Amino acid sequence: MSNDAQLHQLVEQIHAARERRAPLNICGGGSKIFYGGMPRGDALHVGSLEGISSYEPTELVVTARAGTKLVELEKILVQKNQYLAFDPPQFSASATVGGMVAAGLAGPARASVGGVRDYVLGVALLNGRGELMRFGGQVIKNVAGYDVSRLAVGSMGVLGVICEVSLKVLPLPAVDATLQWEIGANEALEKMNQWRGQPLPINATSWFQGRLRLRLRGSRAAVQAASDLLRGSSVEANEGTQWWTELRDHRQAFFKVDAPSIARDQSLWRLSVPATAQLMMPSEEVLIEWAGALRWWRTSLSAETVRNYATQAGGHATLFYGGDKSFAKCTPFAPLSEASMRIHRNLKTAFDPDNLFNPGRLCADF
Amino acid sequence: MPQTEAQVAAVLVACHELGVPVVARGAGTGLSGGATPHRFGVILSLARFNRVIRVDPLNCLAVVECGVRNLSISEAAAPFGLYYAPDPSSQIACTIGGNIAENSGGVHCLKYGLTLHNVLKLRGFTASGELIEFGSEALDSPGLDLLSIVVGSEGMLAVITEVTVKLIPKPPVARCLLASFADLEAAGNAVAAVIAAGIIPAGLELMDRRMTAAVESFVHAGYDLNAAAILLCESDGTCDEVEEEIGHMGAVLKSCGATRLSVSQDEAERLRFWSGRKNAFPASGRISPDYMCMDSTIPRKRMAEMLRAIEAMELKYDLRCANVFHAGDGNLHPLILFDANDPDQLRRCELFGAEILEASVHLGGTISGEHGVGLEKLNSMCVQFSPLERQQMIAVKRAFDPKEILNPGKVIPTLHRCAEYGKMTVHRGLLPFAELPRF
Repeated sequence: MSNDAQLHQLVEQIHAARERRAPLNICGGGSKIFYGGMPRGDALHVGSLEGISSYEPTELVVTARAGTKLVELEKILVQKNQYLAFDPPQFSASATVGGMVAAGLAGPARASVGGVRDYVLGVALLNGRGELMRFGGQVIKNVAGYDVSRLAVGSMGVLGVICEVSLKVLPLPAVDATLQWEIGANEALEKMNQWRGQPLPINATSWFQGRLRLRLRGSRAAVQAASDLLRGSSVEANEGTQWWTELRDHRQAFFKVDAPSIARDQSLWRLSVPATAQLMMPSEEVLIEWAGALRWWRTSLSAETVRNYATQAGGHATLFYGGDKSFAKCTPFAPLSEASMRIHRNLKTAFDPDNLFNPGRLCADF
Repeated sequence: MPQTEAQVAAVLVACHELGVPVVARGAGTGLSGGATPHRFGVILSLARFNRVIRVDPLNCLAVVECGVRNLSISEAAAPFGLYYAPDPSSQIACTIGGNIAENSGGVHCLKYGLTLHNVLKLRGFTASGELIEFGSEALDSPGLDLLSIVVGSEGMLAVITEVTVKLIPKPPVARCLLASFADLEAAGNAVAAVIAAGIIPAGLELMDRRMTAAVESFVHAGYDLNAAAILLCESDGTCDEVEEEIGHMGAVLKSCGATRLSVSQDEAERLRFWSGRKNAFPASGRISPDYMCMDSTIPRKRMAEMLRAIEAMELKYDLRCANVFHAGDGNLHPLILFDANDPDQLRRCELFGAEILEASVHLGGTISGEHGVGLEKLNSMCVQFSPLERQQMIAVKRAFDPKEILNPGKVIPTLHRCAEYGKMTVHRGLLPFAELPRF
């Protein structure tokens, strides 16, 4: 079936659901089905809407249909020596471009290169009336009208069905090197914080189980100079790549809350906080990324306690793996202010007046 | 002219209750009329919100009031070796609040991003006068990313009073390469070749012959007056890194047919190379009684095509045009030269400008790269967006501001206006069965 025909089919499904007032569960590759609220409603499959619509390496822009697998996209980009700089996670090989935008999750390089929203240039979206609309564009600089495309990033699909996405891509760095230090969590945080203000080609940092790792990326000269200056022990290239990929995709046992060795009542929390926040948890329960701005915490403490820690530090906590995510128990995402919630409800009505798309995935209200 | 947030809130509460339009205004340096007063409205000047609240070097951020000038942020951060990256050419005068409204760029966007990419948090008020915060000092926030839509919304979604910006380490060294080209195609190809070689220059600017001549007689930067186009290509970073990149850039430009190449040997020379580009606007003011600065973005590869289309328009409208171009990100600034004392020249100039914007959309670009839509480009919005898309934008506006009191009448044209402009039916050439969605 052609992509246009598939698009028509999606529109028909939306119209039918509208008539029956039956919610739709937008499905891509299903690699992040655990993320956010529990999926509800009839499946609306967008995975078959796939392929690259255009790719101009000299423009640094690629436009891909929502169902395009990230692995496929990566393969095409690497042929032209380019890549998605923000390291989108692939929790399984089925992860798609649409899901990447809807979830808005970026990987280890986030703190130095920006997140998904910083690379989304435009989207084509089907709203709750089944109307196809394009926002943003295929150029890097664009301020015509409101940038609805960036609003789609991290929307968990509640505003509409993401059909096509234009992304900014970057040339692969000439050199990539990993260094490491055996130090405690507090000392690691201090180092990470201090490095941030220096003109060094630091691309990613992590601390886990007594080991601080750092990835340098850039020109040969810059990476060499930084390695000499920082004086960590150098990690072999394969081993370095493996660490960062496994971290990006949450393949370490630390992220598996259902592993037999882990207490049943533990959940994995994602704390996004200012980089300089205090450690705030026992160091054996945490994995730190993003120069200190992201902390994965495996704990059996209550949601309220974890959220209090995050809020006091000036950030927020997301229940990522495990725990009871039915809204009766605990909302996966931190609650919003009254004023913000009002705008959220109004936006939902503006895009999806019949509450069709992904009810409960982003917040309990819709 | 409120001085406190409580006063801003009070003005908004009163205006909201009475249904009186409110136009927030900073330094008024905008180029699309985004802060133009409303006939029946109130101007909320935020010029007194001019304090740098704190610079936090460890967190690499600064918290400033909305009326602080763009350049003062970098000045406040300089003692810590940090700076605020976006540098619109009005940076000595424009305010951060205005930058937020327009998502302003500058000459270093390709490498360092636009305003949006350098802002962490906004604090301000909704149309009804309620305090609201978007974003945080963490790298993301729960819920929809409202910050990303408020940036660039031209003061139509909220009134911002306080901004937290990201600071980045100042690169120790910057050097600039000046290259001449005998024709526009060669210059355009050179830009594409630099990017294809895996280089992201800190700045990549192009000027055509008319512009070069105008600025050379003004600032004496040492530009090549025989070139059809000159490119300014900048590298920044550590000393070794810059040397490596400048060598690489030079080789690429040479292989693309650069007829003259010079590299800045010291900071004074680098600033001299840039002085021409930075003075493009005042220099144009010297060669013509008036000029109109346009702003659109096109895919880089269509640059030569676009510049030739502009040449044809010069004949058509019998007006001259000088071109500066943020070549790195495809953002074009044609300066149409005219005399406003002659009403017919003004009329031709406006048509000329609108045709440039239309041509940009047809070439796969957009009607505004960094100046915003404001009042100036309302008609051109009809060319770029379908009635449904514009309707959706109006719905977004109402989600934030149901009574539509914040800067009404800007950015999103009404259906009626587009019908009068005569652009209802040519959207992306989808005239037959335009109601059917397709890629």
